[in-house]
Amino acid sequence: MPKLTVVTREGQESTVEAESGLTVMENIRDNDFDELLALCGGSLSCATCHVHVDEAWMAKVGAPNDDEDDLLESSDYKMANSRLSCQIEMTDELDGLKVRIAPED
Amino acid sequence: MSGLGQERRLTARTRAKREASTISAELDQFDIAIVGAGHAGAQAAIALRGQGYEGRIGLIGDEPDLPYERPPLSKEYLAGEKPFERMLLRKESFWEERDIRLLPSTRIERVDARTHELFDAEGESIRYGKLIWAGGGEPRRMPCGSDAGLSGVHAIRTHADVQLLRKELAAADRIVVVGGGYIGLEAAAVLTRLGKHVTVVEAATRLLSRVCGAPISDFYERLHRAAGVEFRLNTMTDCLEGEDHHVRGVRLSCGESLPADLVIIGIGIVPSIEPLTAAGIDTANGVRVDAQCRTSDPDIFAIGDCALHVNAWADSAEIRLESVQNANDMAKVAAQVITGTPAHYDALPWFWSNQYDVKLQTAGLSMGYDDHVLRGSPDEGSFSMAYLKAGRIVALDAVNRPADFVQAQKLIRARASPSLAALADIEMPLKTLIPTS
Ligand SMILES: Cc1cc2nc3c(=O)[nH]c(=O)nc-3n(C[C@H](O)[C@H](O)[C@H](O)COP(=O)(O)OP(=O)(O)OC[C@H]3O[C@@H](n4cnc5c(N)ncnc54)[C@H](O)[C@@H]3O)c2cc1C
Ligand code: FES
Repeated sequence: MPKLTVVTREGQESTVEAESGLTVMENIRDNDFDELLALCGGSLSCATCHVHVDEAWMAKVGAPNDDEDDLLESSDYKMANSRLSCQIEMTDELDGLKVRIAPED
Repeated sequence: MSGLGQERRLTARTRAKREASTISAELDQFDIAIVGAGHAGAQAAIALRGQGYEGRIGLIGDEPDLPYERPPLSKEYLAGEKPFERMLLRKESFWEERDIRLLPSTRIERVDARTHELFDAEGESIRYGKLIWAGGGEPRRMPCGSDAGLSGVHAIRTHADVQLLRKELAAADRIVVVGGGYIGLEAAAVLTRLGKHVTVVEAATRLLSRVCGAPISDFYERLHRAAGVEFRLNTMTDCLEGEDHHVRGVRLSCGESLPADLVIIGIGIVPSIEPLTAAGIDTANGVRVDAQCRTSDPDIFAIGDCALHVNAWADSAEIRLESVQNANDMAKVAAQVITGTPAHYDALPWFWSNQYDVKLQTAGLSMGYDDHVLRGSPDEGSFSMAYLKAGRIVALDAVNRPADFVQAQKLIRARASPSLAALADIEMPLKTLIPTS
């Protein structure tokens, strides 16, 4: 199982065993972090699953598509490494991925 | 609909009790009891712990499942594309770890506001310090009551509803959906894709008439017709017809009968508030709450679909909202108020609906609008409709246009009054219309 490191809003870092095939959003939620609202359940409708991807991983994770990028604009905390975590599927290639939960708007 | 047998309820409750006695936690006394373990109730419990609240929290719900997301019920779950496990709001371990006691399969039948007690179906009492009522609503039944006792008649509100519907789907070809609102249309989209012959019956002259302007209604009608869905608009239903206890058709008030192997009733909900009304709490078409989500009893709060509140984005009209946004934001307010953080509910409403590959996102509330303007053309499959009231933009429906959805939220919050021409110009991003103060 790939590992996923999650940094909370307060800066607390923890590494969890992630499940491939689920999204990063689901992996964060299922590992009992309560900060990520993910209100639309991953259907790219809400932008409440916003994370900042560790710079070193950006190339592998890739950039958001147009619709995701448009939704990310709703956040005052949008940065070059912003992604909606429900749009990143966890895979073995992403073993070691590190993301930080973006501040709440 | 709580179609669950008494026996199942008893066992779950007995099991929970036995468990509790071994770990010496009490299940009959909570500092905060939350009734209804849906979106709002679950989020209230999560928010309370998030606020650092350390008292005893009980999350009491009549469904047997862990709290889950309802929106996929008429979308990916109905389609068989998303397993139920992926709809859970949190895994079981989360509730244990946060010490939030779940009491599933427990229906609260009576509230005694004076003694601060809840009574379940077996008459057992649960004491509370503060009560958060998050009962949501029950699907409205067919007016003539003819849906009683017939199999093949379904609502889409709970996991159990859709499990049963999916089981009966295999043997069904002709499906009639009563009600052309979001849930009925989402179901129609899924079922048509599964190869069923779907007819939607709607009393109004157009679809989504309560929530959308005519261009949006027309767009969805064309979309569904192209996929093979048939419509009977401006048509009242009279009764359901059955044979051998199974539904066989829907009789329209014009006398005609539509044959059906399955019928889906999607004509809205009735708020689940009866125990509060009986307890003397101020209720109408919902539980009346103030901006702190407090009811007429200072120790009882109400949130989510059942909460009748004065909404700042509806010209201070008293309304209920049935959306995840409203459930979540009200839960947060109630949790803050209870833990002593000043808060009031004034979040801008938003909503989404997915049908086929089309994503609708709504910002604001369009009720009572007096003008509207289209951005882009429905024929392109990507357009928006802005709603104005006395010159101010109050809402926007974005069809496959997430940028408009996001930027309209800012525009509405800024209480901007852009010109119709500027709103209609798709070359101009909406954010450029936000007044700089
Ligand atoms: C099929 C479907 C699709 C939807 N799609 C969308 C969408 O795309 N976007 C969106 O924003 N919203 C959508 N919604 C609306 C959204 O799911 C609701 O607004 C939200 O679930 C409301 O949360 P709630 O907690 O107030 O009520 P609910 O989620 O209904 O939870 C209430 C719970 O309380 C229980 N209960 C009631 N009375 C009692 C009692 N006396 N004792 C114990 N338990 C009780 C009920 O059984 C239920 O489990 C959809 C709803 C449905 C049904
Ligand atoms: S959960 Fe809504 S966009 Fe990711």
